[in-house]
Amino acid sequence: MRFARGLPILFCAAAAALAASCMREERGFRVSPPPSGRVQTVRLTELQPGPAQPMEVTQNEYEANAYALSEGKRLYEQMNCVGCHFHGGGGIGPPLMDARWIYGSDPSQIFSTIVQGRPNGMPSFRNKLNDDQVWKITAYVRSLSGNVPKDAAPSRSDDMSGPPPETSTERKPPLKSGGIPKSAEMPK
Amino acid sequence: MRLMNNVSLALTKARAVARRSSSTGYCLLSTVYLLQGMPSQSALHPAGPQAGRIISLWWMMFWVTGAVFLVVMGFLVAALARRRRPFAGEAADVPDVRPEASRERRMSHVVLAGVGITVVILFVFLVRSYVTGRALDSLHEQDHLTVKVVGHQWWWEVRYENSTAAYVLTTANEIHLPAGRPVLFKLTSTDVIHSFWVPNLHGKTDLVPGHENVTWLKADREGTYRGQCAEFCGHQHAHMAFTVVVEPYEKFKAWYDAQLKPAAEPATQSQAQGRQVFLSSPCVMCHTVRGTDAGSRVGPDLTHVASRGTLAAGTLENTRGHLAGWVVDSQKVKPGNRMPPNNLEPADLQALLDYLQSLK
Amino acid sequence: MPRRKKKEEKANAAEPQTGLRADADAVREAVARASAARTDVALAEDLADEHEHRALDKTWGDEPGFWGWLASTNHKTTGRRFIYTAFGFFILGGILAVLMRVQLARPESGLIGPDLYNQIFTMHGTTMMFLFAVPMMEAAAVYVLPLMLGARSIAFPRLNAYGYWVYLFGGIMLWVAFFLNVGPDAGWFAYVPLSGPEYGAGKRVDFWAQMITFTEVSALVVATEIITTFFKLRAPGMSLNRVPIYAWSVLVMAFMIFFAMPTVALASACLIMDRLIGTHFFNPAEGGDPILWQHLFWFFGHPEVYIIFIPATGFVSTIIATFSRRPIFGYTALVLALVSTGFIGFGLWVHHMFAAGLPRMGESFFTGATIMIAIPSGIQIFCWIATLWGGRPRFKSPMMFVLGFFFVFVLGGMTGVMQGSVPVDLQVHDTYFVVAHFHYVLIGGAVFPLFGAFHYWFPKVTGRLLNEKLGHVTFWLMFVGFNLAFFPMHILGLRGMPRRVYTYQPNLGWADLNWLATAGGVILTLGVLLFVVNALRSVRAGEVAGANPWNAATLEWATTSPPPEYNFLRPPTVDSRDTLWTQPADQPVVTGLRSDVREVLVTRALDAEPDLRVEFPESSIWPLLAALATTAMFVGSIFTPWAVPVGMLPVFVTLTGWFWPKKKRMAEEQPPEEVREKHGERWMELREQES
Repeated sequence: MRFARGLPILFCAAAAALAASCMREERGFRVSPPPSGRVQTVRLTELQPGPAQPMEVTQNEYEANAYALSEGKRLYEQMNCVGCHFHGGGGIGPPLMDARWIYGSDPSQIFSTIVQGRPNGMPSFRNKLNDDQVWKITAYVRSLSGNVPKDAAPSRSDDMSGPPPETSTERKPPLKSGGIPKSAEMPK
Repeated sequence: MRLMNNVSLALTKARAVARRSSSTGYCLLSTVYLLQGMPSQSALHPAGPQAGRIISLWWMMFWVTGAVFLVVMGFLVAALARRRRPFAGEAADVPDVRPEASRERRMSHVVLAGVGITVVILFVFLVRSYVTGRALDSLHEQDHLTVKVVGHQWWWEVRYENSTAAYVLTTANEIHLPAGRPVLFKLTSTDVIHSFWVPNLHGKTDLVPGHENVTWLKADREGTYRGQCAEFCGHQHAHMAFTVVVEPYEKFKAWYDAQLKPAAEPATQSQAQGRQVFLSSPCVMCHTVRGTDAGSRVGPDLTHVASRGTLAAGTLENTRGHLAGWVVDSQKVKPGNRMPPNNLEPADLQALLDYLQSLK
Repeated sequence: MPRRKKKEEKANAAEPQTGLRADADAVREAVARASAARTDVALAEDLADEHEHRALDKTWGDEPGFWGWLASTNHKTTGRRFIYTAFGFFILGGILAVLMRVQLARPESGLIGPDLYNQIFTMHGTTMMFLFAVPMMEAAAVYVLPLMLGARSIAFPRLNAYGYWVYLFGGIMLWVAFFLNVGPDAGWFAYVPLSGPEYGAGKRVDFWAQMITFTEVSALVVATEIITTFFKLRAPGMSLNRVPIYAWSVLVMAFMIFFAMPTVALASACLIMDRLIGTHFFNPAEGGDPILWQHLFWFFGHPEVYIIFIPATGFVSTIIATFSRRPIFGYTALVLALVSTGFIGFGLWVHHMFAAGLPRMGESFFTGATIMIAIPSGIQIFCWIATLWGGRPRFKSPMMFVLGFFFVFVLGGMTGVMQGSVPVDLQVHDTYFVVAHFHYVLIGGAVFPLFGAFHYWFPKVTGRLLNEKLGHVTFWLMFVGFNLAFFPMHILGLRGMPRRVYTYQPNLGWADLNWLATAGGVILTLGVLLFVVNALRSVRAGEVAGANPWNAATLEWATTSPPPEYNFLRPPTVDSRDTLWTQPADQPVVTGLRSDVREVLVTRALDAEPDLRVEFPESSIWPLLAALATTAMFVGSIFTPWAVPVGMLPVFVTLTGWFWPKKKRMAEEQPPEEVREKHGERWMELREQES
C-alpha cells in the first residue's frame, strides 16, 4: 500500500527537516563582522616598495545577508551618501557602480574609507556610525557594482525610480591596482 | 409584524443587558488593572463614545446571534433525539425513499420560516450597523485637536499640528489627549503598512505609505490606554505599541507646554558629560534632542524621553536599567529593530544614562 | 491496493495469462461447452464478465513497474496521490501551528525568535490555504467525482496528472525554501510594501509568489477537468436535476476557481515583477498603489474561503443523506444556495479592508453582501436539520464529524455576521477574534466535513473500513481540542490581542487564555494523530468493506471497493436522484464501449442523453516531464528573468511530446497490405465517403 509506505517516510522527513530548521541561524541580526581593528592597518594600494605582497581579502558576512544589505541600503540613504554619490552613479563624489575603486574595493578598505574619510570631500563617519552599521553600508556599496550574491542583493526602492535595482546590476569586477580615477590620469 | 416587534423587543432588552454587563465588567476589570498598575488594552472597556457605540453594537449582536445559535442547536438536538414512529424497513436498513408528503410540507414551512427570521435579523443588523457607522464618523467639530501619526518600523512618530509653527510638537510613542475633546488623527506611514489601534477608544485605521487616512476619536474617561500596531509590519510587529494618556484639559495643557520646551540643560557634571557622549556618538545620527545639535528624525525624538512611561515603543518600562540594556544591546530586547548595539565605556554609559534620564 | 487485488484475481483464475486472444478463445470455448451441456447460463455470463474485466484492466491499467507508476494518468491514482500529498502538507502545517501555540503559551517566551516566527506563521497560512485546503478539495473531487457520475475516467486525465505534479513540485519548492531559511515571512496575504522589493529582502517572498503560480496552474487545470467531467461525462439519464449535491458543490467550486485564481496569479506576477525587474505596480511614489494589491489579493482571497467551504458542504449533504436513511431535504434549495453562495462570494472582498481607509458608504455595500451570504448558508443548515428530522440518523463516525461541523460552523458563522458590520470589524479586525472566527469556519466548515469524508470514503478507496471506535475517539479529541484551542481566542481578541505577534508582554493579562489555547491545540493534534494511526491500522487489518458498506445512494458505491482501473465494468445508467436506493434490479447498463482502447461515453450537458464515444489518451510520462520543465522555468524565474524565455523551450518540447500523434493508431487506420494491393486508391475514397 503506497499510503502506508509513504506516510512514515514523510513523517520522518518532516521531523528531521523541522529539527534541522530549529537549529538554523536567524537571519543574523547580530552576525559578527570582521574586526574593525583592521582599519588602522589596511593598505589602500597594491603599490609598495620591495617584494610584492598579496593584498589581503576580507570576508564580510553581511554580503550574503539580504536583510543586512537592505539595512545597508537604508543607511546609505539616511546617512546622505546619496548626496554625493547618488544612487551609485556618482556626481559630486565618485561613482560606486563602476569597476574603479580609488581607495580599494576590499570590504576592509571600503570600511576604512567610510570611517576615516578621504581627501576632497569624503567625510569621516568615525563615531557617527558604529561598526555594525558601517559593515552593512560596506556590503551595500559593493552590491552597487554587482559584487555580492545576486540572491541577496537589494531590489528597487519604493520611491521615485533611480538606477536599475541592484539585483539587475551587472557584476563589474574591481580593476586591478585600484584603477586610477579619470581626474588623476595624466593629461594627454 | 409581531415577529418584528418581538425582535426589536429582544434588541432593547439585549441592549439594556449589554450596558449593564459591560459596565459591571468594566468596574471589575478596571480594579484588576488598577491593582496591576498597567494600561488597559481592551475593546470590552470603552473609554470614549466610538468604542462605546461599537461595543454596544457588538453586545447586541452577541445576544441575538447567541440566541439564534441556541435555537439552531436546539432544533439539531431535537432532530437527532426525537422519538420516531417504527418504520417497516427499520431492521433491514432500508432507506425511506419516499418520505411522508405531509411531513415534508410541514418541514418546508418551518425551513421557510427559519429563512424569513434570518433575513429579518440580518436586516436589523445591517441597519443598526449602518447607523452606528454613521455615528462613528459624525464627530467633525471645529474645536478639535489635530494629531498626525506617522508609522515607522517599529515605533510611532506623533506630531501635534498647529497653525502656529512654534506650537507644533513632535514626540514619539506616547499620545496625550484632553478628555472630552474630539481629536482628528491624520495617519500615514514612511515604510510599510501599519494600523493605528487603541481598543478602548476606537477601532483601527491603517497607516498606508503614500496615503493619508483620517480618523476621529474622543476620549471621555480619563486614564492610560495602550494602543498597538494591528497590521503585520515585519520583525517587531509584536513590539510596536504606544500609550494614550487621557487627562483633564489643564493637565494636558501643562504637559503640552512642557513638551514644547527644548531639552533641559545638564544640571550636573555627569549629565554634562552624558550630553557630550550623546553628541559625539552615533546617537545623533538618528535622534533629535531639541536645544542641541542632534536633529535627525530617523529615530524617535528624545527631547523629553524621561517623561515617557515606556521605552522602545511600549516594550519596556522606562527605568534606568531598561534604558541601559536598550542602549547597549537593543537587539536582545527587540531583535531586528533599527537601533544598533553601542559599545560604550562604563563611565560614558553611566553619564549618558544620567543625561537621558534628565530629559524630563 | 488495486495492484494487490489484481494479483489475487490472477491467482484465483489459476491459468496462465496468454494475452487477450487466448482469453477470448478460452471464453468462447467455455461458453460453447456450457451451452452444449445446457448447464448454468449464469456461468457463461460470469465468464463473459471476466473476459471484459481482463480486457478493460489491460486497457485502463498502468504499465507495470516504476516507469508505469510515474506515467499513470488514472484519475484514482492521481486523486490518491493528491489526497496523500495534501494530507502531508496538512500535517506539516499542523506542526507549524503547534510550534506557534507553544511559543505563545507563555508571555515573552524566547523559544522562537521573530524572524523564524514570521516565517512559521506565513508558512502555516500558505500551506493550509494553498497546499492543503484547496488541493485537498480538488483531490477529493478528482477521485470521487467520476465515480459518482458513473464515468470511466475524469476528463483530460493527462492534464490531471500534470496538475498534480505541478502542485507537488510547487509545494516541495516552498518547503525546501523554508528549510533553507528562505521561507516567506510577509504573511500568507503578503501585503506590499512589506513583501515588496524594498522591505521584503532576499528571495523569501519570491518563493511565496512563485508557489502561487504553481498552485494556480494546478487549480485551474483541475477546475477545467471538473467542469468538463460534470457536464459531459455523466451517466446516461443523470440529467441536471438528478446530479448528486456533492457534484454540484464541486462544480461551483471549479467555477469559483476559474474566476478567483487568475486574479491572484495576476497580483503575484505583478509582485514578482516589482521585485525582480523593478516594475512599479505597487510603488506609491511612481503611481503604483499598495491598496491595489489588497484589492487583487482579496478578490481572490475571499472566494478562496468558499472554494474550500462549498465542496465541504457537498460532503455534509452526502453524509447526512446516507446516514439519515432518506433523500436529502430541499435538493433544489440546496443547489440554488450553493450557486448563490458562489456568486455572492465574489462580492465580499472589501470586508478584509474596512480599516484601510476606503469610503464608508462603499464599505456599507460590502457589509450588506457579507451579511447576505448568511442567507444561503442558513438555508443549507435548515435543510440539513430537516433531513435529520425526517430521517432515521445513525451515528457512525462520518456522521459524528458532520454533527461536530454543525456546532462549530454555526458558531463561526455567527461571529462572521458580527464581523460583516464595519464598526465591529474595525475593532476585531486583525485580532485573535478573527483568528478564532476563521478557524471556526474553516476547521469547522471544511476540516470536520473533510474528516467525515475521510471516514466515509475510506472503504471505497482502500476496500476496508476504518475502525469505528477509534473514529469516535478521534472525533471527540478533535472536537474538544478544537473548541478549547480556539474559543478562548474570541475573548483574547476582544481584550486587545492582535494577530501575527510572535510574543506579548506579561502584564497584558493574555497569558492564561493563551495557555488554554495551547493545551487545546495539543488535544486537537492528538486527534489528528489518532486518525493517522487508525488509517494505517485499518488499511491493513480493517474490516473488509464490500461494495456499499453504508448502503448509500450514489453511484460510486455501485462498483467494487476499491474500484477497478476502469471504474465500472458496465457503466451504469440513472433514472432517479438516489440511484442505488430506487433502481430496479434490471436497471440497464451501458454496453458497446470498446474495451481495447480507453473509450468513454460522452453525454449531453443538460439531459445526459448519450452523445458520443470518445477515445481517451493512454497513460503517458509526458505530463510529468512537462511539469518538470514548468518547474524549472518557474523556479529559475525567481533568480533571473531570463529563465522565462529560455525555460519556455523545454516546456514547448515536452508539450510537443505530450500531444504528438501516436504511430500505433495511425497504423491501425491503414488497410492491411493485401487489401491495399487489391483495391488501391479505392479504399481511400470509400473511407472519405464514410466520414
